[in-house]
Amino acid sequence: MELSRGVDSDIQDSLKSYPAAPANKRSRWFSQFDGRDKWIALLMIGIPTLLHVALVWFPTVSSILLSFTNWNGIRFSSMEWVGLKNYQQIFGAFQRNTYQALLNNTVLMLFLFAGPTALGILLAYLLDKNIRGTRIYQAVFFTPVVLSLAVVGFIWKSVIYSTDNGLATQLFGGGKSVDWLGNQSFLIPIGDYGISHNFAAILVAIAWRHTGYIMVLYLAGLKAVDPSLREAALLDGSSEWQTFKNVIFPSLKPVNVVIVVITVIEALRAFDIIYVLNTPRKTEVLSILTTNNLLGEGGGNVGRGSAYATILFILCFGFVIWYVTNHYRNTQEGADS
Amino acid sequence: MSTRRYEFSPRASLAGYQIGRRGLLKAGAVAAGAAALGLTMGNRFASAQLDLGSATGDLSFGSNYSNDVPKAGLQAAIDALPNENVTVNINTVDHNTFQENITTYLQNPDDVISWFAGYRMQYFADQDLLGPIDDVWGQGLNETMSEGFKLASTGHDGLLYFVPFNYYAWGIYYRPSIFEANGWTPPTTLDELKALAEAMQTAGITPFAFGNDGRWPAMGTFDQINFRLNGYQFHMDLMAGLESWTDDRVKNVFQMWTEFLPWHQENPNGRTWEEAASTIVDGTSGMMTIGTFIGQQFPDADTSDLDFFVWPELNPEFGIGTVEAPIDGFLMAKNPKNPEAAKELLYHMGTAAGQDAYLAVDPSAVATANDVDTSGYSPLQLKVLEAVSSAPSVTQFLDRDTSPEFASNVAGQAFADFLADPGSIDGILEDMQAQAEVIFEQ
Repeated sequence: MELSRGVDSDIQDSLKSYPAAPANKRSRWFSQFDGRDKWIALLMIGIPTLLHVALVWFPTVSSILLSFTNWNGIRFSSMEWVGLKNYQQIFGAFQRNTYQALLNNTVLMLFLFAGPTALGILLAYLLDKNIRGTRIYQAVFFTPVVLSLAVVGFIWKSVIYSTDNGLATQLFGGGKSVDWLGNQSFLIPIGDYGISHNFAAILVAIAWRHTGYIMVLYLAGLKAVDPSLREAALLDGSSEWQTFKNVIFPSLKPVNVVIVVITVIEALRAFDIIYVLNTPRKTEVLSILTTNNLLGEGGGNVGRGSAYATILFILCFGFVIWYVTNHYRNTQEGADS
Repeated sequence: MSTRRYEFSPRASLAGYQIGRRGLLKAGAVAAGAAALGLTMGNRFASAQLDLGSATGDLSFGSNYSNDVPKAGLQAAIDALPNENVTVNINTVDHNTFQENITTYLQNPDDVISWFAGYRMQYFADQDLLGPIDDVWGQGLNETMSEGFKLASTGHDGLLYFVPFNYYAWGIYYRPSIFEANGWTPPTTLDELKALAEAMQTAGITPFAFGNDGRWPAMGTFDQINFRLNGYQFHMDLMAGLESWTDDRVKNVFQMWTEFLPWHQENPNGRTWEEAASTIVDGTSGMMTIGTFIGQQFPDADTSDLDFFVWPELNPEFGIGTVEAPIDGFLMAKNPKNPEAAKELLYHMGTAAGQDAYLAVDPSAVATANDVDTSGYSPLQLKVLEAVSSAPSVTQFLDRDTSPEFASNVAGQAFADFLADPGSIDGILEDMQAQAEVIFEQ
């Protein structure tokens, strides 16, 4: 404790002196530490940095490099540098799969925002009011998030969407069998591509789980909102919707950022539910194409799999950078003004 | 991956095998290919003698026999190993998971591994991940296994890598009691098959049960029509990427298939083969193009009311000479921890002693050793045995005769697309060909 306080105050001191000596700030700042503190600072910064580089950036950069190779994943000696060939194939011979997957990811993202994310926020807002049985409702809505994937797969494949005997078939089939997960014809065609019937069915399964996830996140945020804010708004005669829109929602900005990021990332890396439902045709998303090429018996095509992974990475990373910098710039400007 | 593998490997049609003179010629070609490659290591292994009974210690066994009946059967076969000084530890992995992880798994495998014959084995032998076991075969398997099985166990380098254990046959399976009750007989010509389908439809029975969830079962129907129309050699060459998917001969297959689709259960893509098979069991469907393993779906795996006939002749040039009979068996890892015990167990699994012990538990399989006790075979097993041993040529299955990547990432998806919209087949085949070119050129 004592030690950390010492480092802390040193840093504070150095920060105070910083505006006065902008020319040579780094060495000046660093030289204010004595030997032992320097080592400690280096260790405290160095170890996490090393771990971060080794566990995050090394695999990421390797994967990007591998996307320019042709390799079966078995022996390094058989690796071949092929430049952009994998990308040419992805947007050439395999373009139908690629474009359908990109479309599916996009549809999933729009759907998640319009459906389960909005619904999760609504549920959280309602359940935050301590209505009777709120704990039971919370547990019910959250259950899909904690269920093991094997159970989720069983529920949707065998219980709900079974062609001849599923619950959904009994309820909506009108006595006939419905091929929920196999019907790959387009519900909404978009050019040569579209949103297939079975992808729509899978969207429902994804929503079922995503709603509870968002609800819990938002509920946690709502608990932290000062109740006097809401009371004040209501006293001033604002309606429920106006209170939410103008008072609660803006005060939850940090949680909103998290939810936007989570929803976008979830949409881009969606994989598990589709996979446990046996990846019906036309429901492929980018992460499924990555896995099909990397793993599986049909795998062993590390190059093309990595190229798909790289596309996914660029989309995810690009969004996060854009969103977070934008958000913080806005916050910064807000704070400055 | 360099292209070298394909340059030097013998014609990929060797991935399959034919019994008889042609097969022997091919075995010669494989050996010649190996010699041309300068792979002399084969002799070293072939000449070594196994000292059976001398192995001791632990042996790890990677098994994909994950369903109850096969799992118990495998245990029984291993328990029958005469050498008590070897302790076999079986690591059982779910059948599909095992398959999907095979590439990763083989880089750090158990000593003995359950796997499939043909291209699927040869691919990993090419990658130098398997240990050659010519000496195991030298102990007597050469005499008790047919030439066809031996070819299916041989790598592109001419060495043996596989011990065949059992096999089953694809065909059109049906319940004789239902045929009898309606006065139907197994068809022997295309016209009879069509007439039978019509008759079933009139009787309110779906002619063909069909489920394609997982995207492999439809490959069975494709294979049957393909080698009936175009012959064994075309099947093997198409699988090897030597023929084009936009060829008229392939289009003819889909045309014939389209003709049969109205007699099949609708919406196959979302139905598992097990669900489809259950309609055979309960009599709402009349027949199904599937393998002998459909017997597992019958109550208590009782196959007394189960029989099959082969797809009828579709082209007089090829008749009904080809049968599809995938072989399951075992491999040895490249560097096993206990090679003596591994080879002893592999030998045991190839002999009648090991195979009899398995059959006692799982009567739906047919053993590969020709000296097993067939007195306990059911009529169905005898029929499979007869069909396969009398067939001039035997294929494995689409996904065992071609590159795994092509089977699971291209063919399976293309067939599902075809079943969803048969009219779009021309575009599907063009895509398939473009993707095949990418995959086979690697």
